Amino acid sequence: MNHQRRDTLKASGSLGVLGLLAAAGLIKPELAQAAWNKGAFEAHKMDEALAAIGAGKPADSTDIQITAPDIAENGAVVPVGVVSNIPNTESIAIMIEKNPAMLAATFEIPAGTIADVQTRVKMGQTSDVYAVVKADGKFYTTKKEVKVTLGGCGG
Amino acid sequence: MANPMRIRAAAKEGVTEVRVLMSHVMETGQRKDSSGAAIPAHFITELVAKHNDKVVLNAQFGPSVSTNPYLAFKFNGGAKGDKVTVSWTDNKGESRTDEVQVA
Repeated sequence: MNHQRRDTLKASGSLGVLGLLAAAGLIKPELAQAAWNKGAFEAHKMDEALAAIGAGKPADSTDIQITAPDIAENGAVVPVGVVSNIPNTESIAIMIEKNPAMLAATFEIPAGTIADVQTRVKMGQTSDVYAVVKADGKFYTTKKEVKVTLGGCGG
Repeated sequence: MANPMRIRAAAKEGVTEVRVLMSHVMETGQRKDSSGAAIPAHFITELVAKHNDKVVLNAQFGPSVSTNPYLAFKFNGGAKGDKVTVSWTDNKGESRTDEVQVA
């Protein structure tokens, strides 16, 4: 990866500008879809991503289980499942700390749907995988380290 | 038009489990082609699953989700023959909707 370019992006604060542009409707609609949380998905730091989904500092919880391999041989396809045993779970977010796009997916769980989702994600390198759960308006989190032997974000 | 999704929905003891395999490149925008030019990002951003007409799951994806995304979830209720519909939209505005009957 080109780290210099990354730093430049950060330094110029272009993310913030993009967000503003999107908010002002200056970017083409396909780049700024109404419901898609652009800020959160483009955040490059845990704090930024958490702030963008409104989580702030989630509390650690043992009632969330992450199902993922301890060692993933192929980082391009890492199965991740999240089960929340917290009552009234409203949403689940899956984050991969060391990915360039660290927020992988968010799921809104309406009443009647069980807080149990599974998907597959890419992982560029060994990293902690976080599950952030919103229940009754509060945020909870847990994490699990997944070791990656072959990264899935190269090219 | 993108290829169809493969959807399985199975009702068991009052819970319906839905498994979806989408066909999508999920290009992150980070990769470069052989000439060094960046390959533009192209990935699914939103997904909605419905049981008959009731929304049972609303998901947003980022580029970190794997190529040909897989998704599994469960909801209470659902009986054999009910309709489960899954729709996605990607960052280029393409979309795809497929439906299946609960088995």
